Amino acid sequence: MTTLQEQQKLQEQFKARMNEDELLNCMRCGFCLPSCPTYIESGQKESHSPRGRIALMKAVTDGLIEPDEDVERTLELCLGCRACEPVCPSGVKYGHLLEEARDIIAQHKKHSLPTRFVRKFVFKDLFPHQNRMRLAVGLLGLYQRTGLQKIARKSGVMKLIPNNLSAMEKVLPTVPSMKQMKSRPNYLPPIQSKISRVAFFSGCLMDTMFLETNNATMKLLQLAGCEIVIPNDQACCGALHGHSGEKDIAKEMAKKNIAAFENLEVDYIITNAGGCGGFLIDYDHLLKDDPMWKDRAQSFKNKLKDISQILVEVEFHKKVRLKLPTQIITYQDSCHLRNVMKTASAPRILLQSIENIIYHEMQDADRCCGSAGIYNIVESEMSMQILDYKMEQVKHSQATTIVTANPGCLLQMKLGVEREQQSHRTDVVHIVDLLLQAAEYDDHQ
Amino acid sequence: MVSKEIAQRLIAIVGEANFDNSKMERLVYSYDATPNLQSLPDAVISPRSTKEVSEIIKICNENKIPIVPRGSGTNLCGGTCPTNGGIVLLFKHLNKILEIDEENLTITVQPGVITLDMINTIEEKGLFYPPDPSSMKISTIGGNINENSGGLRGLKYGVTRDYVIALEIVLANGDIIRTGGKLAKDVAGYDFTRLFVGSEGTLGIITEATLKLIPMPEMKKTMLALYDSLEDAARTVSKIIANKIIPTSLEFMDQPTLEVVENFAQIGLPTDVKAVLLIEQDGPEEVVNRDIELIKNICEKEKCISVSVAKSEDEAIALRTARRSALSALAQLRPTTILEDATVPRSKIADMVQAINEIAQKYHVKICTFGHAGDGNLHPTCPTDARDHEEMERVEMAFAEIFEKAIELGGTITGEHGVGIVKAPYLELKLGKEGIQAMLAVKTALDPHNIMNPGKVFAKDARKRMVVSK
Repeated sequence: MTTLQEQQKLQEQFKARMNEDELLNCMRCGFCLPSCPTYIESGQKESHSPRGRIALMKAVTDGLIEPDEDVERTLELCLGCRACEPVCPSGVKYGHLLEEARDIIAQHKKHSLPTRFVRKFVFKDLFPHQNRMRLAVGLLGLYQRTGLQKIARKSGVMKLIPNNLSAMEKVLPTVPSMKQMKSRPNYLPPIQSKISRVAFFSGCLMDTMFLETNNATMKLLQLAGCEIVIPNDQACCGALHGHSGEKDIAKEMAKKNIAAFENLEVDYIITNAGGCGGFLIDYDHLLKDDPMWKDRAQSFKNKLKDISQILVEVEFHKKVRLKLPTQIITYQDSCHLRNVMKTASAPRILLQSIENIIYHEMQDADRCCGSAGIYNIVESEMSMQILDYKMEQVKHSQATTIVTANPGCLLQMKLGVEREQQSHRTDVVHIVDLLLQAAEYDDHQ
Repeated sequence: MVSKEIAQRLIAIVGEANFDNSKMERLVYSYDATPNLQSLPDAVISPRSTKEVSEIIKICNENKIPIVPRGSGTNLCGGTCPTNGGIVLLFKHLNKILEIDEENLTITVQPGVITLDMINTIEEKGLFYPPDPSSMKISTIGGNINENSGGLRGLKYGVTRDYVIALEIVLANGDIIRTGGKLAKDVAGYDFTRLFVGSEGTLGIITEATLKLIPMPEMKKTMLALYDSLEDAARTVSKIIANKIIPTSLEFMDQPTLEVVENFAQIGLPTDVKAVLLIEQDGPEEVVNRDIELIKNICEKEKCISVSVAKSEDEAIALRTARRSALSALAQLRPTTILEDATVPRSKIADMVQAINEIAQKYHVKICTFGHAGDGNLHPTCPTDARDHEEMERVEMAFAEIFEKAIELGGTITGEHGVGIVKAPYLELKLGKEGIQAMLAVKTALDPHNIMNPGKVFAKDARKRMVVSK
């Protein structure tokens, strides 16, 4: 329960911190409604729409209503996919409003002791430290390799865990060994004649659990003629923190990354995870009130590009022969890659230039899959409802390969395939893994 | 007020899940797309059938509780803002397409169907429903009917009114009536169908509608003409029609709009251009080609700077982008955007645009005008800031003068957005005292307790366009 006194404090914070211009900018035209997954899945509840949520944030700021549990709840239920932003005629930065509101609420919230413990562990002790991330993922590897996994699955222990979590456990990739995770390169030369010098943002989860995908990304960059530097002192992007109301930690990580990348004399900074990219490209906003960092954040942002975007720009798909066995492929947009980094056509161009591929665009490919960071764990009911709709569209597309551009989406789509019991016929892959396979197809024949 | 006892009776009708009077739910139904207007309802209700609507209305009538029907809340006249409190009635359960009749070329729908969803469904069958309000991606058919929505294709194909041929309506006493039918000819009794289209929820609740469909035109072509004089552009519009060509759409943007659009979209519009016409024609191929050629000649004769016909659908989309981005470009200028729809006979377009520019100068406000030149329906749009009360006063006065000018030129205060609450004070300008009295007689006869969307269409006091939050 939030007491009246707490509500008053919250209200003051809303008044002090929410961007009034941005709130007013929403002209309530409603053009965002059809793009909002929670509006659709809630059976058109205005309170679960971007327009409704902005109206609520404004009403709290204006003192028209109290920030009660209903308001808090609907802000929690937002996926943060930001599909409402590209369709907004006024250009309202909904994502920024949401982040600020969530931060205000999180800072005032008295979590229960176990929740506090978990939050501290995840946000402060785990993600900011890459060595601990390696350890955590390493433990998972131990679990997978020692036969513990088999025992756990057989013993029925998994049944004690909530359904989606145990299904999630099934779709996790086989993780690399500690040794592999520790010995990472910090420089790679181009394989073709050099056309660009780039830095690679390797990410926390990407450089552990999805290490193979990172390797594939770097290989593609090398093939495309890029010289790559991978600074050792980079950190997690901070998205998880930013989206969960831990803005201060996010800012610290942003500063760490900006510093790590700014003196490398590179043309671009490359990411391969839409979720990270979408947060990295917002560093200028995150640090807008910090005169020391504002401009540095801006130049960081200006260099940022998704892997698919740079590959298209350097015409990788025209220079390297891409070929695969015949199959129907579909692409699921990463929300933050599309809506925040504005990269939507590049992945499609790349996929359609692979020989033997039949590309079927699925209906509403630009709608969130329901992964949304840790949303599928904390809001599993809504997440699964959204996923079910998504899997129906996959079915209509007849695709046997679903391509994604972000690890969260990848796991969620795998989960969807698992839930539909389609894993024998449907693959889910990250775009770079598929592209590398296509680039190396001839070598393996 | 909705007492506990009444709330219980309403819940008994629709079930717990479909009645809500929490602060949050009331707040999110306190507004629509009209700037600077907000007022909380007492409760929100979502009936599942016409019968439930009737039962709800009986309770409201008995207890004199205002009832405000609301689709997606995209209207621009304050039509769905519950200014007098009461109950907001939602149509989220009444959202089915009931029948597509390919022999009679009709579609029967419930009011909650999204306009674009319906259009997509019938276009798959090669059929065509022309009204295309710019909010159609989310607007509901019920909302379109109640506001008599227009769109870009009004010139050639008319507006919502021209396609509604039958309605099911729940009256204020709970009676359910059916009007019209799948008939091209029907003179049995008063034309209630037409009366209820555009009645803005003030006479009854529409619970079902049958709409007329037409065959899909074979093809469409798009062109863009640039002018360095407003008069030349306006004369082109008149000449096209005088030459007995009725294009699908004949869209217009004035110089202030163009400046903003170019600044925003950077699509290479010449900055010294005074006006742009976007012209589309559809129909059988040979007719479209002939018309487009004729229109091109007219444009050139009337001294356009340049005229280009799209060679592909992609090019057509690019041409439409200029017109489509008008609202976005304007909306991003300042926090508040006031979009009106003063309408004049098409022969008076140049006079009206000229007058709008002069009025804007007189009151030191920025007003950009774009809109549907072919049917005289203009959208003078003012980017402003609701927090600046002094400026809002001037905006208010400027629009009052624009409405007066439109009437003077033989036009109207609203072409397609509706009267609602924001234009109610100006309705008398158009209808006269006697006209309002006649309307009031109809209203009182059908809704004696004034529970149907009260406070709309009929003005409480003299001129005052803005209504600030309660």
